[in-house]
Amino acid sequence: MKKRKSLLLSVVSVMLVFLLSGCEMAELVVFNPKGPQAEKILDLINWSLVWIGLIMVVVIALFVYIVWKYRARPDNADYEPPQEKGNHLVEIIWTAIPFIIVVILMVPTVTTLFDLEEVPAGYEDQEPLVIHATSADWKWIFSYPEQNIETINYVNIPVNRPVLFKLTSAGTMQSFWIPALSGQKYTMAKMETELYIVADHEGSYFGRNSNFNGKGFKEMEFEVLAQSPQDFDKWVKEVQEKAPKLTEEMYAEKLKPSHLGRETFSNTHLEWVDHADHHAKEYLNPELYRVHGYPGKTFTDENNDIDNDTENSDHHHGGDHSGH
Amino acid sequence: MESKMINHSVPTEYQSEQGKLNILGFWIFIAAEIILFATLFAVYGVLHKRTSDGPTGEEIFVIKDVVIQTMLLLTSSFTAGLVIHEMRRGNVRGLITWLIITLALGGGFLYMEINEFIHYVHAGAGIQTSAFTSSLLTLLGTHGAHVTLGIFWAIMVIIQLLQRGITPITASKVHIWGIYWHFLDVVWIFIFTFVYVGGLI
Amino acid sequence: MDIKWDKILITGDPLILGSQIAIVLTMVGIVVGLTYFKKWKYLWSEWLTSVDHKRIGIMYIIMGVLMFFRGGVDGLMMKAQTAVPENTFLDAQHYNEVFTTHGVIMILFMAMPMLIGIINIAMPLQIGARDVAFPQLNLLSFWLTFAGAMLFNLSFVVGGSPDAGWTSYFPLAGKEFTPGIGNNFYMVALQIAGIGTLMSGINFIVTIMKMRAPGMKLMRMPMFSWTTLITSLIIVIAFPIFTVALLLGTMDRIFGTHFFTVADGGLDMLWANLFWLWGHPEVYIVILPAFGIYSEVVATFSKKRLYGYTSMVMAIVVISALSMLVWVHHFYTMGVGPAVNSVFSITTMAIAVPTGIKMFNWLFTMRKGRIEFTAPMMWTLAFIPTFLIGGVTGVMLGMAAADFQYHNTLFLVAHFHYTLIPGVVYAVFAALYYWWPKVFGFKLNERIGKWHFWLFNIGFNLTFFPMFFLGLQGAARRMYTYSEESGLWPLYALSAVGAIFLAAGFAALCYNIYWSIRYEKRTTENDPWGTARTLEWATATPVPHYNFAVVPEVTDVDAYWEMKKNKDNFALDPNKIKPIHMPSNSGLPVYMGAAFLIAGFFLVFEWIPLAAISAFLIFAGMIKRSFEYDDGYYVPVEEIIEKERTWRGDSKWKAK
Repeated sequence: MKKRKSLLLSVVSVMLVFLLSGCEMAELVVFNPKGPQAEKILDLINWSLVWIGLIMVVVIALFVYIVWKYRARPDNADYEPPQEKGNHLVEIIWTAIPFIIVVILMVPTVTTLFDLEEVPAGYEDQEPLVIHATSADWKWIFSYPEQNIETINYVNIPVNRPVLFKLTSAGTMQSFWIPALSGQKYTMAKMETELYIVADHEGSYFGRNSNFNGKGFKEMEFEVLAQSPQDFDKWVKEVQEKAPKLTEEMYAEKLKPSHLGRETFSNTHLEWVDHADHHAKEYLNPELYRVHGYPGKTFTDENNDIDNDTENSDHHHGGDHSGH
Repeated sequence: MESKMINHSVPTEYQSEQGKLNILGFWIFIAAEIILFATLFAVYGVLHKRTSDGPTGEEIFVIKDVVIQTMLLLTSSFTAGLVIHEMRRGNVRGLITWLIITLALGGGFLYMEINEFIHYVHAGAGIQTSAFTSSLLTLLGTHGAHVTLGIFWAIMVIIQLLQRGITPITASKVHIWGIYWHFLDVVWIFIFTFVYVGGLI
Repeated sequence: MDIKWDKILITGDPLILGSQIAIVLTMVGIVVGLTYFKKWKYLWSEWLTSVDHKRIGIMYIIMGVLMFFRGGVDGLMMKAQTAVPENTFLDAQHYNEVFTTHGVIMILFMAMPMLIGIINIAMPLQIGARDVAFPQLNLLSFWLTFAGAMLFNLSFVVGGSPDAGWTSYFPLAGKEFTPGIGNNFYMVALQIAGIGTLMSGINFIVTIMKMRAPGMKLMRMPMFSWTTLITSLIIVIAFPIFTVALLLGTMDRIFGTHFFTVADGGLDMLWANLFWLWGHPEVYIVILPAFGIYSEVVATFSKKRLYGYTSMVMAIVVISALSMLVWVHHFYTMGVGPAVNSVFSITTMAIAVPTGIKMFNWLFTMRKGRIEFTAPMMWTLAFIPTFLIGGVTGVMLGMAAADFQYHNTLFLVAHFHYTLIPGVVYAVFAALYYWWPKVFGFKLNERIGKWHFWLFNIGFNLTFFPMFFLGLQGAARRMYTYSEESGLWPLYALSAVGAIFLAAGFAALCYNIYWSIRYEKRTTENDPWGTARTLEWATATPVPHYNFAVVPEVTDVDAYWEMKKNKDNFALDPNKIKPIHMPSNSGLPVYMGAAFLIAGFFLVFEWIPLAAISAFLIFAGMIKRSFEYDDGYYVPVEEIIEKERTWRGDSKWKAK
């Protein structure tokens, strides 16, 4: 057993060396929150680590002690262990203690859950900035209805102001996650989920889709830039004046499975479709998802509008994302 | 394993050891079937309002035909009970007669159901129309497929009864088939209540 | 029906081409070998058609080991791909296929067959039964599982692999986003295997309820049989839900319905709910028998009665009930609201309580015992601290608010590998080492066993421990690669190194099996470990096909332990021997497996008329079965006496 423990120990220390040494190592972003929502979650995580650490120490100490003390040795070959059936008191104790620990962990979990659904404390007096985040294969589309602007694959927000993300998807189920600012939430077609976020530090944060959605999943990242309110307003103004207009045809083209860079528009797609709406029009292109292997049949939908070119999408076959 | 051990104090179908095991095994199978249908009901419950551009239940249900279907199946469940009754009396002729009557009623039910499906397709409610029609037709279709299987199964049992008469083994087959048939009837009552009556309210 | 002949085989990829060639060579090798050694008839009549529960168990385990290899190679490919940033060993599509098949194969075609195989071997012996309640159905279960596994594996070289993850979430897994037939394989193959599993569940319940040895009340049943009973109950409750989910998925993909689609009212969340309504109990379906295995091993090698038997039974019953009430914790992030999330957090974390009870009971079984570090015991000991890590991280994930940061990351992946590998794979290893001598009459070598143990343990911790930290660094699961700037590579690389150790551990196991078959000392001792406690050790080694000459009377949980204390009880009185009725072998299950495979194959390729025609093959088999009146046969008394005298010698024989 000793050999085993020492081996484990060396493995752990190798890991620690890795963890502590590398300047190129990524930081543990979950432990480095930049907003009150992520902080609340981190508090909960830290609380759980304390208790879990305690459980680990107790159980492993007990384990090592028992295994060491009662190991078979040549000199105890004649030892006949007692055939004990159990002990009610002991069994009740080790039922009760875990139960109490579960309660200790449960209470803050529930309060945090309810907290996360609201504008963080201290920011209630401000009107939240509403941003519609729409995920599509494989890009993020951010619409600012009040400002009437739209961005793709990046989102600028004012620092220290609550932002309400209204999340939906144009197709597959995805997950909107900015680890430095808050936990994640799914985006789903014809559904709307909401997420409040506040950034209390200016800076650039990493966001991504964390829910697997096919070939382009890995690249489905976006940048969150938390700016001072002045910079944010300046940026909005600039976009409103200089950015091109998005049309429905352009939009349908962008929804095809593809990777896009950063794009900016001086209007939003909400003018013609809100994917969160139960009766929203679909922009589906099954033929563009062909990969190697035997082609199965697809079902064209006669009820859907013809003008999103599902019908003649064969043209695109062999294009960017169909060849494999 | 001692399938030859025969205990004459219990009904024929329980007389062989294997027959007893089969009956218990089949009850557990029915439990699994209950969960299967419960899941299909839950799916229908979730999706039945999602009619997309297709028709709603109210628009396509023909309650008169459904009532006839229900009567046919309920009667067949009663005659299936008579089958077991005749079996306990040891009357092969009566057993087979009632079994055939049961099958005829089941066949009538199926005929009505196929017509119902044709009616739905003509009314623009095919299986591909909407989440509602998909879940409706899958629920009805799964039940219908079970009834079809039950009919063919009973035919096999009839042939064996003609060959061998009432033995502990054939008796346990008839008994198990009877459980299955009553179960399908119960499922139908739920379909009738929740899908048709519930759909009209 | 439009068959595109040129597209059936997957072409143009060197890895797949290599496998195609390897598969053809292996097949040719097997056929030539069997013909050369004239083993066809032996294989057919002694194994493929055998209804003997022990042989069926062995076939399950062989299948499990093969699938372990396949799933393991998938895992190694994933680790090779992510060992360095921006790697091009696999592209995104291949990586997606590989992690999908890895997950499905490891859970459904490795863990499940292994455990069902072990149950098949040990459970009827433990309860003193001659066989399971429905021997032929048991063989059918095996062949359906096997057919499902073969159909699923075929996807790699024929038609294209499923690529939507083992959870196969819709709408991604629907025709709107994956139009190829890859995900049809998932829907159809798992359906076929699932029917087999459901039948196994029913079979085991009836066996345990009706065929226990006289005197064996439920509360005198060995822990492994208890866990089998509860697992079978969960199978019967959970698998029909999966059957429906797969049926609806198949309908969506092949017949254009709208259950889970984006268009026309489909609801993707419905799949997630149905999947996890089955999927979470499924985790306990594989973990509970493993708990049973540990309970047997820990008692045997501590030379002590299992501590707190009653609370152990209560714990598994509570776990099984809770397992059906926690499915939402797989998608706290779906936005169901804080109230619902709170409820499911409570149920999820509550599972920690009965699991804790089991942990402490195992520890206290060892306390005051005499612990022997045999191979099965080593695996059991390694299980306790590693599964503890899996368990406590499970509590962390169960705290819904915190889960918003762990979900869909490698933290989650690390967690479930820390539960499933110590919880299931270690148990399978423990069971293999533990029951191997009972089944084959020789032990697996202890020295090579230690190599296997250390390599696998180091490899396992090295591979999966870094993943906790990768997750906290923001690494999402299922990413086929990552950038250099992300700074993720040191831990990814460390994890890849661990995978090499894991592979070496598996190789050591295979080598151990080979070595032990050739060189390990043979024994006919009924209790080769010397400290065994339950009934399976009360009969000959290897076990005769009729299991027990006379079914023993049971007076205690540790039935065989009691017999040992009172030697007279164990000696066999030849006057009590009667002819034993046994079931006959049957080729029908093999035929049914083939029929399901053929029909399933056509359905996967969406050749509906062919599929419909081949469905009649299945019906033909059912009709054949309906008209079968085979009553089995009797083993004559002389044969039993001869067998029993040979292994018992005079000391265990009551000569009168």
